[in-house]
Amino acid sequence: MNPANPTAPAAPAVAARPVVEMRGITVRFPGVLALDEVDLRLRRGEVHALLGENGAGKSTLVKALTGVHGIDGGSITVDGVERTFASTADAQAAGIATVYQEVNLCPNLSVGENITLGHEPRRRGLIDWRAAHEQAAGHLRRFGLDIDPRSALSSHPLAVRQLVAICRAMVLDAGVLILDEPTSSLDRSEVERLFAVVRDLRDQGVAIVFISHFLDQVYEISDRITVLRNGRLVGEHVAADLPRGELVSAMIGRELEELETIGRSAARSVDRTTTPVLRASGIARSRALEPVDVDVYAGEVVGLAGLLGSGRTELARLLAGADAADAGTVAVHGTPVRLTTPHRALARRIAFSSEDRRGEGVVGDLTVAENILLGLQARRGWLRPIRRAERAAVVAEYVSALGVRPADPDMLVRNLSGGNQQKVLLGRWLATAPELLILDEPTRGIDVGAKADIQRKVADLAEKGLSVLFISSELEEVLRLAQRIVILRDRRRVGEVESRETDLDGLVGVMAQTPGATAGVTREVL
Amino acid sequence: MAGVVRHRLFWPVVSLLALVVVNAAARPGFVRVTVRDGHLYGALVDILRQSAPLMMVALGMTLVIATRGIDLSVGAVMAVSGAVALTLIDRSADPGAVGTVLVAIAAGVGIGVVLGMWNGFLVTVLRVQPIVATLVLMLAGRGVALLVTGGFITTVTSPPLKFVASGYVFGLPFALWLSATAVAVVAVVQRRTALGLLTEAVGINPEASRLAGVRSRGIVFTAYVASGGLAGLAGILYSSNIMAADANAAGEFIELYAIVAVVLGRTSLLGGKFSIAGTAVGVLVIQTLQSTVLFLGVPSAQSPVFFAFVVAVVVLVQSPQLHRRLGRLSRRHRGPAPATAQQPARDMEVSA
Repeated sequence: MNPANPTAPAAPAVAARPVVEMRGITVRFPGVLALDEVDLRLRRGEVHALLGENGAGKSTLVKALTGVHGIDGGSITVDGVERTFASTADAQAAGIATVYQEVNLCPNLSVGENITLGHEPRRRGLIDWRAAHEQAAGHLRRFGLDIDPRSALSSHPLAVRQLVAICRAMVLDAGVLILDEPTSSLDRSEVERLFAVVRDLRDQGVAIVFISHFLDQVYEISDRITVLRNGRLVGEHVAADLPRGELVSAMIGRELEELETIGRSAARSVDRTTTPVLRASGIARSRALEPVDVDVYAGEVVGLAGLLGSGRTELARLLAGADAADAGTVAVHGTPVRLTTPHRALARRIAFSSEDRRGEGVVGDLTVAENILLGLQARRGWLRPIRRAERAAVVAEYVSALGVRPADPDMLVRNLSGGNQQKVLLGRWLATAPELLILDEPTRGIDVGAKADIQRKVADLAEKGLSVLFISSELEEVLRLAQRIVILRDRRRVGEVESRETDLDGLVGVMAQTPGATAGVTREVL
Repeated sequence: MAGVVRHRLFWPVVSLLALVVVNAAARPGFVRVTVRDGHLYGALVDILRQSAPLMMVALGMTLVIATRGIDLSVGAVMAVSGAVALTLIDRSADPGAVGTVLVAIAAGVGIGVVLGMWNGFLVTVLRVQPIVATLVLMLAGRGVALLVTGGFITTVTSPPLKFVASGYVFGLPFALWLSATAVAVVAVVQRRTALGLLTEAVGINPEASRLAGVRSRGIVFTAYVASGGLAGLAGILYSSNIMAADANAAGEFIELYAIVAVVLGRTSLLGGKFSIAGTAVGVLVIQTLQSTVLFLGVPSAQSPVFFAFVVAVVVLVQSPQLHRRLGRLSRRHRGPAPATAQQPARDMEVSA
């Protein structure tokens, strides 16, 4: 149609030519320009970090490359050939493999079946399982995984499953491997193991896209960094030449100093002479938590620190009625209460935000407004609907107070980024007018900007008298927000400290029992 | 315009209109409505009247499906309801009295509610999977109905009962008023209270809803009770139509037609978002199709095949997957010539 259309630019030496070149990629969703002329170049044998806040367009860009989303503009060139991917199968055939954050495997199948699924070796038309498992074992060894391919995938920890997923992706001899938040559920040693595999693949010439919120890890593994913001390309940099402060500024588009000034809430003093808002004594649940005591006073932020599995989430769930306690008593404002269901806890003005945002938080197919109103409506019961004017007022209040973007109450929540979903959830709980807000990992997996917004909001609310029980793997965050920190280890309470009187190393020491150890403690910038 | 095409109910309504147009072309009298004795008559009025039992059952089915469940027992509940009501009338001293018939109707609907509670109990308290829980009653219900009627087809002579299915009020069939009222009541209860929102929330994400304080057990239970009660009313309509309680034929396969109607109306079998208006359109599509089959004189042995074929076509026409595929196909045809495909068009927006 257009004879003047430029042909491929004069190709430089083949080795220097990017294996994937995305140019001017534009993707529109109903009402949103998700990507606006974004470029991405992947070279052979490099680890390329793709960074940006949630909602910056990282996932959309990856999905355009893997054929999940069609593109509205721009071109994708793989190995010098322009491609249109109509499906993920097209992208896989072009050698682009993806391992998503939630591992896309079948837990009920064996490891070997998972690895060879879809391309099983066959003999006379039937699957040759012996050969399949041998093949799988070979691939696993290549990744230093010494596990039986006949074992069920579900019998292995998440880290191993992640490696199995990568293994599966690489069986197809992919030239490009996309890792979307591969380390978010791994501990330090598991991350090391994953990185060893990634380096190995890189040395074999595979181009690897690494998406992560953990900047330490980004700097550890990446050769190059592409930064996106609000659907636009901010820049492509060589990792070694980009100072961390500049990177964060590029991602969030504002100065880091601003974030550093978020409320020094921890230093505020709290009146503990009154009756506590909540007092739990000897609260326990078999196989989840040994008897634990905890008090929270009005206007106080109490941090719960502990490693994964220390009992911090279990304690939160008992106090919120999400699970029923076997033993112990709870008093709210001195009155004994039985918190056997979330509904009862909400009636006592205890709101709980789960760590599993998608599974136990948002109701994806409902709108932002409906998600915000859900808790309030549930407390009132279905017979007393909230009137239209009140609905609009409540929704408008929290959408603007929490800075939900886009500020469209009628948007389906599942189309929002993780950070904005979290803000919607915070809005839901605040709309129920809680006296105690239990936040379990409210900032996990969300971007720096949203994280700062949420921390600031929590600090403000506590100053105005709200009591907060705050759980986070990011100890800096706990130290910044909480006046008092309860430390759990192995499902037991092992200590309590005033934030003013401790620092990160002190806290880690108690948590891990071995001073200085940092296993499982995630340190991020901020 | 694009907004109209993308509307949830665009394809269901198009299917319905297409059926009406085909019928109107094939039989000239189809769209004609005449007035006799102040009553409206015509093929369209008949379709509306005959759709009443399926409409009631499909309404209940919509609510149950929205909670991630399914109710296979509705046909059997219809049989029990009809059996109870007609046995009461049959044994009463004055079968023709309005009072007797009202009591019988209340008993029929009441037994439907009780059976709905049984289903709800199995699903919410004993946590039996809905398909299994309601299968119990689906299999046992007709036996119960036979027990009630003593194994016979109970026939009665009762003008007030006959009125329910065949009478006219303000020029329109009474049955149509009943089903329209049922649609309106369900729509108002769901959308003017918060029941609809909470039902959808439970259907979409049960655990998130529970943690948000929604007492999902009550919500789900209510859906089964509503389904049972509506099926009970449908059973009365059916019995009134034939003036008999036939435990084997009453509501035969209606659970399957109701599921088809719900799906045609764009409520996902996975639960969550539901559409009362969609279900109503789905029911009318099915009823019009049945009328078409009768009119075309398809031999009765073959009519299920014909019916099934058309339903399959309608479902395909509505399928978002098919739309997406067609969109992709046309994109691909225009797309890949190497030098020209700078901007492959995405003509068919995938509706989220």
